[in-house]
Amino acid sequence: MSQEETFRKQVRTVYRYLILFFCGLGLLAAGFIYLLIDPSLSVFDGPSDQLITEEPSELEGEIVNGIHLSTGFVEGKGLVQVIQNCTNCHSAALVTQNRMTREGWVSTIRWMQETQNLWDLGDNEEIIVSYLASYYAPEEKGRRENLREIEWYELQLP
Amino acid sequence: MDRRNFITKGTLGTLSALIGADIVYANTLPSGYRLLAQQDPDPFKLFNKDTGMSVLNTKPWNIEATAHLLDDKVTPNKYMFIRNNGLVPENIDVQNWKLTFDGESVQQQKSYALQELKSNFKQYTYQLTLECGGNGRSEFNPPAKGNQWTVGAVSCAEWTGVRLRDVLQDVGIKADAVYIGYHATDRHLSLNPEKEPISRGVPITKALQEETLLAFQMNGKDIPLVHGYPLRLIAGGWPASASGKWINRISVRNKVHDGAKMTGTSYRVPCEPVAPGEKVADGDMCIIESMPVKSLITFPKTGAIIKKGDTLPIRGHAWAGELSVSKMEYSLDFGASWTACTVEAPRNRLAWQHFSAKISDFPKKGYYEIWARATDSAGLGQPMLLPGWNPKGYLNNACHRIAVKVV
Repeated sequence: MSQEETFRKQVRTVYRYLILFFCGLGLLAAGFIYLLIDPSLSVFDGPSDQLITEEPSELEGEIVNGIHLSTGFVEGKGLVQVIQNCTNCHSAALVTQNRMTREGWVSTIRWMQETQNLWDLGDNEEIIVSYLASYYAPEEKGRRENLREIEWYELQLP
Repeated sequence: MDRRNFITKGTLGTLSALIGADIVYANTLPSGYRLLAQQDPDPFKLFNKDTGMSVLNTKPWNIEATAHLLDDKVTPNKYMFIRNNGLVPENIDVQNWKLTFDGESVQQQKSYALQELKSNFKQYTYQLTLECGGNGRSEFNPPAKGNQWTVGAVSCAEWTGVRLRDVLQDVGIKADAVYIGYHATDRHLSLNPEKEPISRGVPITKALQEETLLAFQMNGKDIPLVHGYPLRLIAGGWPASASGKWINRISVRNKVHDGAKMTGTSYRVPCEPVAPGEKVADGDMCIIESMPVKSLITFPKTGAIIKKGDTLPIRGHAWAGELSVSKMEYSLDFGASWTACTVEAPRNRLAWQHFSAKISDFPKKGYYEIWARATDSAGLGQPMLLPGWNPKGYLNNACHRIAVKVV
C-alpha cells in the first residue's frame, strides 16, 4: 500500500466519522427543538380518558367551508376543546372577533382565571392556545386601513 | 342554535352550569330536546332593535349600530347600541326597588324607593351622549382584545330623572367624599353571586354636575330593560360604562372607587404615551374620564353613487365629552383641504351637536372619500390616523369617512 493510498483511506475514514457526527448533531438539535415546542412529549402519550382526546368528528353541528356553523369557529385541531372550555360563560363571537398572538391569548386566559372564574385548563391549555394562536392571529393593519366591503348603491337626490 | 344542541348532548353538568340550576328530571329528558332556558332568542325582537344593527356578542349581549342608522337627532331605542359586561337581570320588582346610599363618606346610610325618588326630587330631562370607551377598538394595530366595536357604540338619547346631586344632598355626604361607585343587579357571566360584572363610578365633581342623573326614563318612556330599567345612572360625555344600569346602590367613597372594572387595565389608558404593542404595567394605567372629540357622518350611507353635477347633502353629529364642538369640517381630498360645515349648538351641555354641508365641488368623476373632522372648544381636533395606541383599544376618535362615487 502506497503512502498516498493510506493517506486517502484515512481521509475517507475521517470523512465518514464527520458525516456520522453531523448526522448525530442534527438529530440532537431536532430533538431539542421538539422538546422546546412540546416539553411534555404529548405525542407519545397514550389515549387518556379526558375529553381532550375526542376527535373533531365527535363534534356536533355542521362544518361548511372550514367553519363550524353554529359557533363560527374555524375547523382545526383543538376546536372541540375550545368549544368546551371557551363558550360556557361567553359566546364564541367574543373569541372569533379577536386577533392575538400566542402570548396575548395566554394572558387573556390568565386574566379570565384571575378575575372571571375561569377554571384551570390543564392539558387542554396548550391545545387551546395553539388553536387560537394559529387561527386567530393578528394581521398587520397599519395606522389606518382602506375602507372595505363597500356596498355601492345609487343615491336618489331630490 | 346548534351550539346549544351540542352542549345538551355534551354533559348535563355543563348544561346545568349554563342555566344556573340543576335539571331535576334530567334522566327523563327526551334526547335532543332543547330546554326553554337554552333557546336563543332573536335579539332584534328581544330588545326591539333594528335588524341592521350588528351583533358582536350574544353572551353577554353586545350590539352596535352602523353610522347611517344613527341619523336621528335623538337616538331612538331601535338604533341604540347595547354594551353589557354581565347578564341582563330578570324579574325586576319595581314596587320594591330601592336605591341605597352607603360608603365611607355618607353621613348615614339611606334608601329610597323608586317612587320616593320620583316624587321627592325635581325631575330634569337632558339629551346626553353616551359612547362606549372601546368604540372604534377594531381599528387598533396591534389589535386590542375585547368586543371589536367599529363606529356604532354611541348614542344621544333624551334621559329623564332626578339630579344625583339633589339626592346626595338629601343623604348628606362628608367633606372627604372623592368618588361615587354604583352597584347593580346584573349577574356575573360565571353566575357566581359574589362577583359583580361591573361596578364603576365617577369622581364626586362629576357626580355633582347638573346633568348627572338618576334616570328612569329614556326618550319619554320607561328605560328599556336592556338599557337599565328601572334605574340608571347617567354621566354624559364619559365612557358609557360610568353610566351604570339597573342600579340599586351607590357608595360614596373617600377614595377612588375600586369596584369591578375600575381597577387593573379596564377603562384605563397608559398615563404616559407608549409605542404600539408596548407592555404597560397596571400601575401605569390611568382611568379614562371625559371622552375625546369625535364625529360621525350619518347621511349619506357609505357607498353612495351620485351623478356629476349633483349637489350632495351630508350631515351627522359631533361631540366632545365634557367640552363642546366649536368647528366641523369635511375633506374630499384626504385632508389636503378642508371645508367648513354648519354646526348647531347642543340642545344642552353634553348633548351631541348636528352638522351639515352641501357638497357641489366634486372636481371630476371618480372615487372619493368624504372625511369629517370635529374640533373641540379647547382647540383639539380629531386625528386622521389612529390616535395613541393603548393596550385595551380605547378612545379611537380618528376621523370618520364614507366612500362616494361620482359617475
